[in-house]
Amino acid sequence: MAKVAPELQYSDEHEWVAREAGDLVSIGISAVATDALGDIVYVDLPEVGATVTAGETCGEVESTKSVSDLYAPVTGEVTEINPAVVDDPALINSDPYGAGWLFKVAAESDGPLLSAQEYASKNGGEL
Amino acid sequence: MTENYTSLHEEHKKLGASFTDFGGWQMPLKYSSELAEHHAVRKSAGLYDLSHMGEVWVTGPDAAAFLDYALAGRISAMAVGKAKYSLICNEDGGIIDDLITYRRPAGADGTDRFLVVPNAGNAKVVAAALAERAVSGKEGGFDVTVQDASADTSLIAVQGPKAQEILLRLVPAAQHELVTGLKYYAAVDVPFMFGGTSRELLLARTGYTGEDGFEIFVANDDAAALWQALVAIAEDGELTPAGLASRDSLRLEAGMPLYGNELSLDGDPFAAGLGPVVALSKEGDFVGKAALAARKEAGAGSTAGRKLVGLKGLGRRAGRGHYPVLKDGNTVGEVTSGQPSPTLGYPVAMAYVDVEFTEPGTTLDIDLRGKTEPFEVVALPFYKRQK
Repeated sequence: MAKVAPELQYSDEHEWVAREAGDLVSIGISAVATDALGDIVYVDLPEVGATVTAGETCGEVESTKSVSDLYAPVTGEVTEINPAVVDDPALINSDPYGAGWLFKVAAESDGPLLSAQEYASKNGGEL
Repeated sequence: MTENYTSLHEEHKKLGASFTDFGGWQMPLKYSSELAEHHAVRKSAGLYDLSHMGEVWVTGPDAAAFLDYALAGRISAMAVGKAKYSLICNEDGGIIDDLITYRRPAGADGTDRFLVVPNAGNAKVVAAALAERAVSGKEGGFDVTVQDASADTSLIAVQGPKAQEILLRLVPAAQHELVTGLKYYAAVDVPFMFGGTSRELLLARTGYTGEDGFEIFVANDDAAALWQALVAIAEDGELTPAGLASRDSLRLEAGMPLYGNELSLDGDPFAAGLGPVVALSKEGDFVGKAALAARKEAGAGSTAGRKLVGLKGLGRRAGRGHYPVLKDGNTVGEVTSGQPSPTLGYPVAMAYVDVEFTEPGTTLDIDLRGKTEPFEVVALPFYKRQK
């Protein structure tokens, strides 16, 4: 069963949110999502300086089998993207909660987020 | 639709498979990573459960003449032991299914025996069409028996350059030559040893991956034991259980059509590049002959004015089924299958494209959900194994 990192919060669209200093959050996608997508071969991220809006699409994740929209779990300005996953999208599969992080946002507000416990029980993940 | 499970479903669960619905069957999509499974088949060997495929026996004194009438190919010309790719069409020349027919040795009473293997989702339709054509095809009907053995028969494939040496481990040394001497698109009965017993099984050198490989027909009751014997071999690392995700990416690289994507009732064998499979010159009538002759006369792809082509991605993004193909912003085609090619490292797609834009080297765009990405028309297949 897919692992759900206990220290993170999650959106219904399978993005995770990690609190960093102040308003800064880093964002990625859960192992539940990467398992369902299969091997990821391309990721399209928002640009640094762009504003993303909670609940709206802000990029795409493409696997061998399908393309999925990436939804912003929070509203705010993108401050950094992870160049490593653009070069090697397989990092998202191999380490979704670590080296496979996608981008960081200076969050003004959060969309609806679930605790790890809530997300795991809803989506069949394992804490 | 009711879910069907193959006789190997529990084996797949033991191996941690994730499942997908395919043609009404719950089939393994992958066991670990579909990319790893894909590469395993190209470099070593993959193990597949294909038990969702149909098996329809056509036997009797008229069997060869009947299949010449019911299918688009010249089946009567096949030698015993050979396999042949063919189509079953309707009266309008639409494709009901693509299938492989095996000519088996005549029965004890001297009558011809053929095994017809349709796709999973079409097995019942094909069996029914054959049964119906046996009655309606000529005055008084053909003297044949059509028996749908799909529900009792499992099919296990070992595909890849190491497939032969892997299978030989289950065959007594005295019979190795049956396997090593087996030609591509041929089949033979071979004794296999597994689960403490020996069974004579129909072994075919056929596949859907672009590699050398075999398909083994086995009774449902023996399928799990045979699968377990192969999984035990897989523990040595040269054989990898593989799911339908890799089967799809392998067949796409090999330029092989998939029914439902490239082929359909509305489709046209000539537009799909399957003209050589339609034996218009064979003696006598066959179902769809008049319509197919008219379509050929009118030129390839006459129905839609389109032809199936290969598209090689010049960027990183892949086209997917039903995405529009554009030339200078105008829609000139539609993708039928597409994804990043694991072997070649660039996106590949098959698409029906207006005939005037099908010359290799032509640059076209695929509309990827609002963004366009350039592709170049190339000859199929994308990948061909070194022999």
